[in-house]
Amino acid sequence: MRAFEYVPAKTVAEATSLLAEKGDQAKPLAGGTDLIVMVRENRRQLDRMVDIKDLPETNVLSYSPDTGLELGAAVPCHEIYADGAISAAYPGLIDAAKIIGGTAIQGRASVGGNLCNASPAADTIPPLIVLGAICVIAGPDGSTREVPAEQFCTAPGQTVLENGELLVSFKIPPPPKNSSSFYLRFIPRNEMDIAVVGAGASVVLDDAKTSIVSARISLAAVAPTPLFAEEVSDSLAGKEISDESINAAAEAAQAIASPISDMRGTAEQRTHLVGVLTRRALNGAIQRVKEA
Amino acid sequence: MAEKKDYKVVGTRPIRHDGVDKVTGRALYGADFQTVGLLHGKVLRSPHAHARIKSIDTSRAEAHPGVRAVVTAKDFPAVEDKIADLGEGAANVKDLQDNVLAGDKALYKGHQVAAVAAIDPHTAEEALELIDVEYEVLPPVIKVLDAMKEDAPLLHEDMHTDEMGEKSEKPSNIAAHFQHKQGDPEKGYAEADVVVEQEYTTETVHQGYIEPHNATALYNPDGQLTIWCSTQGAFAVRGQVSEILQIPVSKVKVVPMEIGGGFGGKINVYIKPIAAMLSMKTGKPVKVLMSRADVFEGTGPTPGSYVRVKMGATNDGRITAAEAYLAFEAGAYPGSPVGAAAFCVFSPYKVENGTVDGYDVVVNKPKTAAYRAPGATNAAFAAETVIDEICEKIGMDPLEFRILNSATEGDIRIDGPPAPRVGFIETVEAAKDHPHYSAPLEGENVGRGVASGYWPNFGMKSSVSINVTADGTISLVEGSTDIGGTRASIAMQAAEVLGIPAESVTPTVADTDSVGYTDVTGGSRTAFATGYAAYEAAQDVKQQMIERAAKLWEVDAGEVQFADGVFSSVNGKEQEIDFKGLAERLDETGGPVVGRGTADPSQPGPSIGLHVVDVEVDPDTGKIQILRYTATQDAGKAIHPSYVEGQIQGGAVQGIGWALNEEYIYNEKGEMTNASFLDYRIPTCLDLPMIDAVIVEVPNPGHPFGVRGVGETPIIAPPAAIANAVYRATGVRLKELPMSPGRVLKAMGKI
Repeated sequence: MRAFEYVPAKTVAEATSLLAEKGDQAKPLAGGTDLIVMVRENRRQLDRMVDIKDLPETNVLSYSPDTGLELGAAVPCHEIYADGAISAAYPGLIDAAKIIGGTAIQGRASVGGNLCNASPAADTIPPLIVLGAICVIAGPDGSTREVPAEQFCTAPGQTVLENGELLVSFKIPPPPKNSSSFYLRFIPRNEMDIAVVGAGASVVLDDAKTSIVSARISLAAVAPTPLFAEEVSDSLAGKEISDESINAAAEAAQAIASPISDMRGTAEQRTHLVGVLTRRALNGAIQRVKEA
Repeated sequence: MAEKKDYKVVGTRPIRHDGVDKVTGRALYGADFQTVGLLHGKVLRSPHAHARIKSIDTSRAEAHPGVRAVVTAKDFPAVEDKIADLGEGAANVKDLQDNVLAGDKALYKGHQVAAVAAIDPHTAEEALELIDVEYEVLPPVIKVLDAMKEDAPLLHEDMHTDEMGEKSEKPSNIAAHFQHKQGDPEKGYAEADVVVEQEYTTETVHQGYIEPHNATALYNPDGQLTIWCSTQGAFAVRGQVSEILQIPVSKVKVVPMEIGGGFGGKINVYIKPIAAMLSMKTGKPVKVLMSRADVFEGTGPTPGSYVRVKMGATNDGRITAAEAYLAFEAGAYPGSPVGAAAFCVFSPYKVENGTVDGYDVVVNKPKTAAYRAPGATNAAFAAETVIDEICEKIGMDPLEFRILNSATEGDIRIDGPPAPRVGFIETVEAAKDHPHYSAPLEGENVGRGVASGYWPNFGMKSSVSINVTADGTISLVEGSTDIGGTRASIAMQAAEVLGIPAESVTPTVADTDSVGYTDVTGGSRTAFATGYAAYEAAQDVKQQMIERAAKLWEVDAGEVQFADGVFSSVNGKEQEIDFKGLAERLDETGGPVVGRGTADPSQPGPSIGLHVVDVEVDPDTGKIQILRYTATQDAGKAIHPSYVEGQIQGGAVQGIGWALNEEYIYNEKGEMTNASFLDYRIPTCLDLPMIDAVIVEVPNPGHPFGVRGVGETPIIAPPAAIANAVYRATGVRLKELPMSPGRVLKAMGKI
């Protein structure tokens, strides 16, 4: 491990300028559960870590049924799932927040960090995508821009963030009536693993709860970035809830997956699991609406 | 010679002597070791699975201001090509050297190539990048059957197969082939109503001890070398370092620190000679620590294997013939545990007609090391699932089949010697009587399987000395490093003899200059053989104390009796004194009492177990969930039942890990792609039910308390038991380990 500079930032403006000074040799530090490990193992070399976990903007956690959720990029997972109203409104996000690492890790690890790490297998990205999360990004010149979660990752470990830009928070719309969300992953053990495949789904049902008004499906670990299965999602709109419609969506999801074979699973295993998990995610979300 | 009687200490569950240090985090491990002027060593490892080392230029590293020394294989003293008896078996000294620092060739990714000592770990790490190694990359060979092919890339161009004593003409990756045979297998198959033959493969798995290897060495100008380290055998380290560096054993002192797991993997040396060489060059103490990736890539795992088993039986359940073909990966140098696998494959059973062929094959993987019943698990996975298939075909309960075919004392084994007494039938009966075996299975996709595991156990040499303290306690000095609670179980055997509580013994694991020669903690030998030495040392103390009592009472020693912790005279004066009372009076009867005991027992007494497991298989994902697990085992006599149960549970868990997900995963370049605990998947507590350990006690006639070693046996049965359960849950027989979800899906035809 090479020595690096650690600088705690006091304001967003200070953070972005500290980051901009060092270009790609600087990274923001929130929970550090990915970044510190990578630096220690020489998988990433840095000149500077800019600590952004004490900024008010990155720590905001506020929810209202009218405006939705504002989630600071540095808020650790445990604070999210400790909030009853947020847990009830966005169960798919909670499914993911509860399975990232163990309890100690969840006390540090943030959803923002999980997104910026841009792993194709990240657990919180599919829920962010299916919940329609918008990423609020601050630039070094004081500007702000917004990017939908599904457009944030560009390649494994790569994001839309330019040098000097900082992911500050997420805006997640309020859940519509008769809606819910679900995320699950497949891992060989019952803990301590990275997703072989992950699948998130959100659904809006009609008042009779017999057909789907709209749906969003997202898949992890089957492409270079977490996938928003947009056409598959759209194809479910207006469909009756049935094994047939769910299976059709699962098969369509398999068709758009382009997984690789690695030490976590083979491509054929992953393609198979996309079908299984898409079914389970959709059924899980539908069940939650029915039980609400 | 086992005494059948009521014991006062043996069989109880006192708190372990090292417990407080461990639960408070105060116990000192090798990585904790600090001393003045310490330098830090780092090791450069081969990035290639197979490569010729054309040159190593260390000049840039040596010029770094923070670097104090660099070593390569050129710094080794010359050694002859000879076999030395070391650790748990014999080894070629040249191979040992070559494995510590690669000479002409790097034979696996992670092979140690050079090392530096520097003022701090970061400088040392930086300096590694300044060592220029020119490699000629060669094609690797990773799997045993590939390595056995005629046209396979050769690891050692000068290696010829030892074909039952004869050397093969052509060089080969097959280091050796042997065969055991008895009776007439063809005649046996002719008598059989059913014959089953199947092929099995297993992948490389690691012991997965929590503490990585570590070593600090200090070489003094007077030629005295001291090494502080984590090891299963301080004397084994002394012997290996002495051979590798060609210095007399008397000049090497090894101080064993606490050990954070070994399971067989901490017998071979890797960084200890390197720390020593760096200290020799610098005159300073040098500390070298491995990372987890170093441990996976650079230390000995247990081999991947190909096993073919054929067995015939009659419809009434009698085995008529059995054959096994065992091809084992030795890693980069000869010496896989295929011999032990051949010994164990049919050991529980009476097989009158049989053949066992064993092949020891080198591949471009780390040189394998011992791992808990080395070889036996691979072999049992095959044999115990073939038996399950036979039971299914003839419609017999698998436990009844085992009772019917159990070898009995004196039956001649395929490899020649007679079978010793072991409680096979007793462990099977214990499983049969356990509520688990008759409990109904509930739900879908569930199944129950059974399998047995046999391990011969080892005796080997141990020394113990006991000092009697004036307050009536004893200090017990032993040479066996304590991996699994042996401080307690050894102390208890001495306490039993002397009629004192276990708490009155202070056990200490000593360095190689402070205790008599003691072999490794391995082969399930420690509670048995070091316990035996402790028994002998306590007998020596007892005899000396009897003489002291006689002196006190002015009677003949022959007139003093010792029973239930009390010395008494039988001369009519009815004098009595307990051990504590007499200990207080040593000064007036001749001074200190020191007892000594050594052991090299010849009858370790095998151990055997029968495991029952319930599984549920997710038919969509192929994931196996262990629902319930019961393991019975013959412990001979459980000295400390909690630690026997702990060994049974720990062994079963490691076997479950081996069965479900543990494997070295290689890419086409022969690189391990999962060298971390994230992707080398040992089971977590969330993957396991409580393991119900059932101790069966059929005393070992070769030990005063009847002890049989218990540590290794429990790892053997789990993969076969789980495979048999998976068959009942899914209708599919898994013939590859691990039975990871992808393999299960494939076997079920889902992908």
